[in-house]
Amino acid sequence: MKLDLTPEQAFFAGTTRQFLDDKVPTSLLRELRSDPAGFGRDFWRQGADLGWTSLLVPEADGGGSVSGQGLSDLALVAFEFGRYAAPGPLTAANLVTAAVARTGTAQQKAGLLPSLMTGDQIGSWAYAEPRPFERLGAVGLRATREDGRYVLSGHKAPVEAASQADLFLVTALLVAEGDEDGGLIQFLVPAGTPGVSVHPMRTLDVTRRFGHVVFDDAPVPASAVLGEPGTAEADVERQLRIAVVIQLAEMSGAMDRGLELTTEWLFNRYSFGRPLASYQALKHRFADMRVWLEAAHAMADAAAQHVQEESGQAGEYVSAGKSFLGTYALEVLQECVQFHGGIGVTFEHDLHLYLRRATVDAQLYGTVADHRERLTAILEATDG
Amino acid sequence: MAEQDIEDLDSFRHRLRSWLRQNMPPADPRLAPYHQLSDEEELAQVTNHRELQRRLYDGGFAGIIFPSEYGGAGLTPAHQEVLNEEIVGYEYPARFQVPTFSPCAAVIYEFGTEEQKRNHLPRIMRGEEIWMQFLSEPGGGSDVAGAQTTAVRDGDEWVLNGSKIWTTGAWWSDWGLCLARTNWDVPKHRGLSVFMLRIHQPGIDVHRIEMLNGSREFCQEFLTDLRIPDTDRIGEIDGGWTVGTRWMYHEKSLGISHYFIRPAGSMRGVNPWAPTPLAVARQAGRLDDPVARQLVGEAHALKLAGQEGSIRISRGIAAKRLNDQAAGMSRILTGLINTQLATINLKLAGASAVAWDSGDQMLGEMGVEFLMRQVRQISGGTIEMSRNAVSERLLGMPREARRDNDVAFREVPRSAPGR
Repeated sequence: MKLDLTPEQAFFAGTTRQFLDDKVPTSLLRELRSDPAGFGRDFWRQGADLGWTSLLVPEADGGGSVSGQGLSDLALVAFEFGRYAAPGPLTAANLVTAAVARTGTAQQKAGLLPSLMTGDQIGSWAYAEPRPFERLGAVGLRATREDGRYVLSGHKAPVEAASQADLFLVTALLVAEGDEDGGLIQFLVPAGTPGVSVHPMRTLDVTRRFGHVVFDDAPVPASAVLGEPGTAEADVERQLRIAVVIQLAEMSGAMDRGLELTTEWLFNRYSFGRPLASYQALKHRFADMRVWLEAAHAMADAAAQHVQEESGQAGEYVSAGKSFLGTYALEVLQECVQFHGGIGVTFEHDLHLYLRRATVDAQLYGTVADHRERLTAILEATDG
Repeated sequence: MAEQDIEDLDSFRHRLRSWLRQNMPPADPRLAPYHQLSDEEELAQVTNHRELQRRLYDGGFAGIIFPSEYGGAGLTPAHQEVLNEEIVGYEYPARFQVPTFSPCAAVIYEFGTEEQKRNHLPRIMRGEEIWMQFLSEPGGGSDVAGAQTTAVRDGDEWVLNGSKIWTTGAWWSDWGLCLARTNWDVPKHRGLSVFMLRIHQPGIDVHRIEMLNGSREFCQEFLTDLRIPDTDRIGEIDGGWTVGTRWMYHEKSLGISHYFIRPAGSMRGVNPWAPTPLAVARQAGRLDDPVARQLVGEAHALKLAGQEGSIRISRGIAAKRLNDQAAGMSRILTGLINTQLATINLKLAGASAVAWDSGDQMLGEMGVEFLMRQVRQISGGTIEMSRNAVSERLLGMPREARRDNDVAFREVPRSAPGR
């Protein structure tokens, strides 16, 4: 997590921390595993009151951040989400509010932002697609223009909180007048639109849910288009970067908590009459883990800062962050499991909650391999 | 200097930028890695770096955070960071940075008498004295407090006998900072003293060691009845470990220190001229190979993580969020990452890393660099020392049992003679 927080940011992060501490003890997380939604609407509205859903929306549109740097503030929330393996569609909700605030028409903003920001409505980004469009950036869902409206046809999955979402931000390929590649186009599609069906998936996280959203020649009006048709590449890229920044903060939080639990364990657990913390074989490995955590914090923060500032290196830091944390957050958490021994792989212990969260984050919005490939392409492009 | 008198960073940057343009030569990207230079070329480069250091001094940019009464610029770590950013792309006196400015000048500044400081620091700033560390010994590398080189008092002089090793470039350097045992009858850490000595004088034989990559940079020195005046002792008699503790701190902090020039974007232990993994993949004709592309991306992410992680650790120490022992964290981080980068380069270079034609010299060097890989976890104190320091003195885990405390050093079990 960022080191030099302003007093306002520290207070803001502290409020979220206290709230999660009160509302989502790990015993509750275990109960929520059999809950279809994985989170309560009241919980989500209260979180929204704390600012979770409005940080990426400008004040003029009813939102507002703590520091003037909304994404950096959101990363503070995401860090706490990682530390608590917290329920709630934080990434999904913020991607939709950010996209509407950024490119929405006045009518779209006025119609959607208030209820999204209060948590009364939940938005989710329908971006990823199943095979053969599984690779990051591949879009197979087609939007065909017909009679002043669009017909959507294709399949999105995994979509976060698909069964709970009231509104989908859908990324599609524009097919106009026989042109197979008219560029990317995005739509705001309410759940329940005829031709749109949702099917829950089985998932790794105890509280985070994912599903299929299938578009079976679903007609949507032109007023549902977000931004200029066929020119959504930059918007999609920005959304992707925000999603990864949230993931990185969440992974570093999960890692942070995992190391905290493991530190306590090493000092309190005795074998052969000595605390585990006295064994050099473990001390040395733990020193390395502590170092990787520090680098993970640094990369998560650096990525957030570059994307916040829309710097020329934003894409580079996002993909480097994903490559690094997607690897080391998982490795370090698995080491935490190893240090715990058998108890570390039980459902009753808390450690798996953080391992699950970090693993889910590592695999979505581009795998480590996807982001390494992107990074190489960026290096080639900037290497003259 | 009062705070209000210190030049603001923007004005400093502006002034420095135009000065650099007019006074410093551009970096030569074709400059071979150091170990490939002939002795004549190496000496010429040392001479050139002395001249460049002198230019920095004349321009008022030598020893940025050292006080002006000792020839420094009397500025702040933030000014040093500006210099580190602005000097990218210029040749600079690289051979003066480590260990001359840190640990050596830093230690002299912290522990030297006023006379010692006025004697040596300005000469260092002016490019007249290159310093080396007479620290490790053949009998033990990382356990520097186990020094067996002995100094015996004789009137106003000390007589030194013993051997030091792993001094970089002692054959072209001027002075050494030497840790020696002045009392064998007290516990290990309480019988040490620190001395300054001229390297090229009777009583010191400098031998060059050939490393497995062909480098003959490292030296071993044999000290035989070497006489040095007591005025060249730094710190208290038998109080050398007080000095040594800070000395070791500076050594472990090289990745985050502000005592010397470290061009921005460079990482400790990495030759700034070394080809990037992208360049290696390109030379190997493998940029269309998905496996190679994965490795290039992985390497770049690791490099950025090393840089950003080191910056964060440095700031953590400055802000007292982390104690001084956290310097070991940056040492572990760069050690772990740099060894991985060497392995990735080997993979990218493929067969050409082990059998190459002159046109593929770069790829062959990746093979040689791989052989030297563990240097990144050995030099400057092994990574295991830092793991002890971080786990015990940062995280508070129980200390390892040891058999050299509370017993006269004479009684402590030691390695058999030899390396």
